[in-house]
Amino acid sequence: MAILEIKDLHANVQNHEILKGVNLTINAGEVHSIMGPNGSGKSTLAQVLARREAYEVTRGQVLLNGKDLLAMKAEEAACEGLFMAFQYPVEIPGISNAYFLRAALNAIRKYRGEEELDAMDFLPLLKEKMRLLEMDERFLNRPVNEGFSGGEKKRNEIVQMAVLEPKMAILDETDSGLDIDALKIVAKGVNAMRSPDRAILVVTHYQRLLDYIVPDFVHVLVDGRIVKSGGKELALELEDKGYGWAEPASAGR
Amino acid sequence: MATAATERFRNYVEAFHALDGQHKSVAWLRALRERGFARFCEVGFPTTKDEDWRFTNVNPIAQTPFQLARDARQSGAVYGDVLDACRIPGAACQLVFVNGRFASDLSELGSLPEGVRVGSLAQAIAQDDHLLETHLGRYLNLERDAFAALNTAFIEDGAYVYLPRRTVIEAPIYFLFISIPTQHPEMTNPRNLIVAEEATEASIVEDYVSLGSGVSFSNAVTELVAGEDAVISHYLLEREDRQAFNVSTLRTQQARSSNVSSHSVLLGGGLVRNNVHPVLGGEGGECLINGLFIGNGSQHMDNYMLVEHASPHCSSRQFYNGILDGRSHGVFHGRIIVHKDAQKTDAKQTNRNLLLSDDAQIDTKPQLEIYADDVKCTHGATIGQVDENALFYLRSRGIEEASARALLLLAFANECLDRMKCKPVRDYLRDLVQGWLPGISTPAGQDGARTEEVARRWEEVG
Repeated sequence: MAILEIKDLHANVQNHEILKGVNLTINAGEVHSIMGPNGSGKSTLAQVLARREAYEVTRGQVLLNGKDLLAMKAEEAACEGLFMAFQYPVEIPGISNAYFLRAALNAIRKYRGEEELDAMDFLPLLKEKMRLLEMDERFLNRPVNEGFSGGEKKRNEIVQMAVLEPKMAILDETDSGLDIDALKIVAKGVNAMRSPDRAILVVTHYQRLLDYIVPDFVHVLVDGRIVKSGGKELALELEDKGYGWAEPASAGR
Repeated sequence: MATAATERFRNYVEAFHALDGQHKSVAWLRALRERGFARFCEVGFPTTKDEDWRFTNVNPIAQTPFQLARDARQSGAVYGDVLDACRIPGAACQLVFVNGRFASDLSELGSLPEGVRVGSLAQAIAQDDHLLETHLGRYLNLERDAFAALNTAFIEDGAYVYLPRRTVIEAPIYFLFISIPTQHPEMTNPRNLIVAEEATEASIVEDYVSLGSGVSFSNAVTELVAGEDAVISHYLLEREDRQAFNVSTLRTQQARSSNVSSHSVLLGGGLVRNNVHPVLGGEGGECLINGLFIGNGSQHMDNYMLVEHASPHCSSRQFYNGILDGRSHGVFHGRIIVHKDAQKTDAKQTNRNLLLSDDAQIDTKPQLEIYADDVKCTHGATIGQVDENALFYLRSRGIEEASARALLLLAFANECLDRMKCKPVRDYLRDLVQGWLPGISTPAGQDGARTEEVARRWEEVG
């Protein structure tokens, strides 16, 4: 079953067309990766999917579980099962990690007509996910991302993903700035989330992360279009030959 | 007394003579009052030409012919609701003052360690407590503040705390001041005295509320004397009616190695002036001046800080956060004076403000006067809106926009609340502030009714 269907998606940022017709279908249980050089539109695609208002969709359609994602606000998309791990997670002084995540989980549960969790029920759940990402319990009461190292912020994103259990998870350059140990921990957390009813989209510049989160499909985004798709071996080929190899002209079109 | 002044302040002159007639016996107090009244008549109310009052026009107070508040206990007012709403779980005691007068039947005295005196100033005066003559009016500067002079002229009752050497009281000592607005505007002049001897520890809360709506004027003064090694926290909570005037002055005198915190939370009142004036008078003293003001409608909230470093090796920290909506106007005036001998002073001041509407306004002004040469003084101020990136981050996790906004405001308020060390007070204030912020969602979904009530309250005042 398709979790995410992107059809002919065009999007502008400040009147510049960045996405020029993206087509992509991701089914439940699959892990896809979008790779591409800087400026190819990878982050724009992630931001459009997360429903950031600054990005203007000019054409096309995106369905999340068959529903019109482009008609949803960011919070509705989240409640419908979309999650994005940010490239640059925001620091929020004054709100503890635990408080914030419980507010988020309860907002989603409420939307789904499920009972909200009180602190007693929530804390064990959060602690379990934090153990998975090897995060110390003192992060529970630390303000969201404040004073976290780059690696801690990225791990915290995956903790959030593990707690919120999305249907469609998007990881936007989660590997950037991570050392190999942090990378392995993040990958372990993501791999633990792989399941037959969940889809994961890994947006990355480098192949390195894909050694640990092995995708089912790899797509190459160049200049706002997917120019090549293949299996996990495509990532290795790209690493080897560079993005120039995948660009339309040299791809023999 | 000049005739012009007599004419101009006729209401105050009449009130002063009426009060003076009642307490002829206590000579030193009478002299103190007279000194206060003479000074008040001499200078009158300040104007915006006065540098200390540049951003606050007190004409509405000067133009209103306030009478001294009468004893309201015969008015048939019902106190149940306000007392229920103003109860800090875990407090050591709750002393209630109605229109400035101690109401023993509404108060709960609790049980306090031996030697501790917590009660009404009027009673202490009647009992001729010798500490009063030593301390009352000794620290307050009548010369520079007409409101302090006015309060002194009308000293009658207020909170009184005496902590003998080595007393430690963990639970907060809670004073509740209820003003009852009437058709003929009345003023109260609560006069509070806190004397904490060497190595004492306590938290003291002053809470100002209105019973009913309308004009009233609370002109409060607190003198806090902290002995060597004393650790004292003072909390001021202003949540009177939107038509109320409130001028509060906290003057603290700190001995060697004492540690005093002043926490102010301003939510209510129409025109509010919050003066905090610590004097670090002994080596190694520390003070924390922490405040949160949340304005809406046409509220005016002026915070005037005057931190005096009078001894070496002292540190002071000022943190004030303001959240202003509607047409409200906030002021932060942070003045630091480092006296000649106060070497190794470490003074820091931060004022952060969020403006939620186009018409909200903040004036923030640091003022450093440094007469010593080996000191560290820093100050900073920010003015901004709710961070759009943070807002999107919260929304992307499923939290709807209004709740996300409220959560960010709470986060901003929490920066101040988290500095409050006394847990019962901090928890109480956090609940209160959370309820005060518009449309906030309670994560456990405690009750929709409360959110709705808050939204309604916000609408009424907006």
